[in-house]
Amino acid sequence: MNKPIRTISIFCLVLFLALMANVTYLQYFRADDLNDHAGNARVFNAAYSRERGSIIVGRDPVATSRPIDDQYKYLRTYPQPFKYAPLTGYFTYAYGASGIERSQNDVLSGEDDRLFVTRLVDLLSNDGTQGGNVALTIDRAAQDAAYEALSALPGDVEGSVVALEPRTGKVLAMVSLPTYDPNKLASHDFAEVNKYWAELRDNPAEPLLNRGIQKTLPPGSIFKLVTAAAAIESGDYTAADDLVPGGSTYQLPLTSGDTGLIDNEGRSCGTDRIPFTQAMAQSCNTTFARLAVEVGADKMLEQAEKFGFNREYLEGTGPQAISRYPENADAAETGQSGIGQFEVRATPLQMAMVAAGIANDGTVMRPYVVDEVQSADLDVVATTPIEEFSSEAVSPATAAELTKMMVYTVDSGTASPAAIPGRSVAGKTGTAQSGTDDPPYAWFMSFAPADDPQVAVAVMIESAAIDRGEIAGGRIGGPIAKAVMEAVLR
Amino acid sequence: MAQQGAIMGFVHRRRRGAELFLLFLALVVGIGAYAAVGIGVQGEVPADIVGYGGWLAALVILAHIVVRVVAPYADPVLLPLVAALNGLGLAVIHRLDLAAGETSFARQQLTWMTVGVVLFIITLLVLRDHRVLQRFTYTSGLAAIVLLILPMVPGIGREINGARIWISVGPFSLQPGEIAKVLLVVTFAGYLVLHRDALALAGRRVLFIDLPRGRDLGPILVMWAVSLGVLVLQKDLGSSLLFFGLFLVMLYVATERPGWLVVGGLLFMAGAFVAATIFSHVQTRVNLWVDPFAYYGEGTSDKGRQIVESMFGMAWGGLIGRGFGEGSPWRISYAESDFIMAAIGEELGLTGVLAVLLMFGLIVERALRAALISRDGFGKLLATGLAAVFALQIFVVIGGVTRLIPLTGLTTPFLSYGGSSLVANWVIIALLLRISDQARRPVPDLSAEPEDGAADAEATQVVKLS
Repeated sequence: MNKPIRTISIFCLVLFLALMANVTYLQYFRADDLNDHAGNARVFNAAYSRERGSIIVGRDPVATSRPIDDQYKYLRTYPQPFKYAPLTGYFTYAYGASGIERSQNDVLSGEDDRLFVTRLVDLLSNDGTQGGNVALTIDRAAQDAAYEALSALPGDVEGSVVALEPRTGKVLAMVSLPTYDPNKLASHDFAEVNKYWAELRDNPAEPLLNRGIQKTLPPGSIFKLVTAAAAIESGDYTAADDLVPGGSTYQLPLTSGDTGLIDNEGRSCGTDRIPFTQAMAQSCNTTFARLAVEVGADKMLEQAEKFGFNREYLEGTGPQAISRYPENADAAETGQSGIGQFEVRATPLQMAMVAAGIANDGTVMRPYVVDEVQSADLDVVATTPIEEFSSEAVSPATAAELTKMMVYTVDSGTASPAAIPGRSVAGKTGTAQSGTDDPPYAWFMSFAPADDPQVAVAVMIESAAIDRGEIAGGRIGGPIAKAVMEAVLR
Repeated sequence: MAQQGAIMGFVHRRRRGAELFLLFLALVVGIGAYAAVGIGVQGEVPADIVGYGGWLAALVILAHIVVRVVAPYADPVLLPLVAALNGLGLAVIHRLDLAAGETSFARQQLTWMTVGVVLFIITLLVLRDHRVLQRFTYTSGLAAIVLLILPMVPGIGREINGARIWISVGPFSLQPGEIAKVLLVVTFAGYLVLHRDALALAGRRVLFIDLPRGRDLGPILVMWAVSLGVLVLQKDLGSSLLFFGLFLVMLYVATERPGWLVVGGLLFMAGAFVAATIFSHVQTRVNLWVDPFAYYGEGTSDKGRQIVESMFGMAWGGLIGRGFGEGSPWRISYAESDFIMAAIGEELGLTGVLAVLLMFGLIVERALRAALISRDGFGKLLATGLAAVFALQIFVVIGGVTRLIPLTGLTTPFLSYGGSSLVANWVIIALLLRISDQARRPVPDLSAEPEDGAADAEATQVVKLS
């Protein structure tokens, strides 16, 4: 009977080899596929339980994971929740993540290839994988100043402040109101999380929105800088002292009657031709509407796109709303667009880039918020490179003339609330109409010092408890911009 | 004659020292795994490690001493393999206990292991020669049938998870099928060794296959059909498959006719096809096997959850595993019994799974080796049958858990939680040790003068039964 027993041995060997081949297939060749399966709660829970890296501003974490004695082992914690929520975003079990938490998830969770060595060490030392840290470009003082100044406005404020370093494109401050407490979304008490989530979702003021980059509004008068830039670049006007068309009213081409009639709401804009600086300081609608028509739709579009309109540029966080300048506008629409109305829409970041571009001799730098990626041991594994976004949005000469106009606007025009004693500040106000019934939006953009720019700021106030007649970009936006600039310059 | 003399003159070494050394390694595995579970799950070595380890060591050493005394020539590898597997199984069950928080399966399993070792010892002490079992061919057959029918008796039978294979008397519940399995092997071996010549030679030839006479094959065929019928009624797919394969293997080995494998294979395919068409529960299993993801998650019956979670777990374990306490094996329902390999795959990785498979493979290999060198037909058949039961059971359960074949539901020997299975498997190992002891024992020198009465008795016995 030995022959059949030997055959049975071989049969058993085949059975065992089949089992071994199958588990090898399952646990090695098919493992990635199975781990990526959408319904795989095991992998998700493990990622949720991992010691996630911190998001750092200066030396302090604004998002960090602390050990907790429950199933998930670590709890995501935000030490300064409201001030930084629009930037850090939230990190939830059921609703995903947003902001830096989402865009830098690979780093924070430790899965990024740049953290390979650290991960290998973790594997050998049998520690759980630790996530890497993300250091932001944010300047704490600027962020504090922006948040406090914007929150100090009366009522339920809806607005945003964005500050950039003109020479590098670093985002120094990004504040958005209303905001929320990401701690309540990161909680492991999922019933509470669901309740808070529903509250945020149903709030018409959209607290989950980062208004700095995710909401576009008509920029109004601060867009006049783009129009002025296009006018000077066109060669028809060369200097801040040149005379430009003035007048108290301007009938847009192709229109008749009141709808196409532009006026200056009583500001002094002369009768025929006035100095460019005066037009800017008084924010003359008639002047800039006419200039836009003179420059033409194509040139206006080209100039706006050089500053970043119709393009996507911010990496490291997001998603971002794209600022729009209308294509194929007719003459009348171009005239309206020249004063930041019609279909022109901009985010506060976009307007900060316009200010920063002028401040940086006409070169717009690509804005960024992630300064460094660090390993869990704080070793720097990657630094975001400084990049030019638009090498000559305007020529240095044009930039110098625009700066002169903006300085004049602060010194003796509508932007005077932003003036800092002993420093030369460049600024521009804007009060954009959104409709006849809605209150207007107040805009402000500025940079300082004008001769050696360290910081460019855009302020946008969508709504606050301020009487309609009192709303003006300079009066409510100027002091906020001033506070941010002072915080950086101090 | 000279060559034969050389073979006859070969004497196996007893190797009891090697067994003791291997047992020490097995204890390192078992107790080490228990400590690792404590560190992984609770962050510290369990406080009862000394008592637990001492108990485990005492059981294993006791078994070793009994083997040393009553089966000195037995295979030295089997007991350490079993000790290592049982220890590992206990640790994994303990880990799942800790995850569940309210179960104490590991404690019960340790009790069952104690019962298993005691029965192992009793088997070795009482059964000094495996050929004695041949006398109980029909008795054990009858007992097997009775045991198989017991779960269908109202009052003591219990249906758990769709299969009616349990009986419970008072606080105890057991699966009589596990014990019937061993008895059935004894019956098949006893019957086939007696009738093998008739089965192989007498009969008519039909289409290349020599069919045996009805009176030779009939009784055992009837017996086998009854047990298979019972299992089908109980919806116990795994055991049905096991008994069918076992019968086929033993018939083939007894008759030395590969034709039986062909006939059996065809019958199996026909049976499987019919079963998949007629029985809805078989159909469900096949559907779950073909596409488990279609039955997984919201909006589906979620019947695929168990197998999908098992696959997720094994994939999550990867090559080296998550480590004890670092995975989520509790996500798989019945991880401590049918799906224990998935828990091992998740926390010990492919490495752990392959190691366990190798240990199982070695057990089968040692059992078949005992069959090869056994000097009597009954021993050969018995050892082959036990090896086949073991190999088939492992293939069916692990193949099912890893989606190589449809899931049928069987316990993994020595690893899974379950008293009946553990005890039956310890008895199987005792029988294998007894057969290998007989096979490796030096042949009494018949030409020499009898030295004492014992040698005389043994020599006489060999002559009588061969």
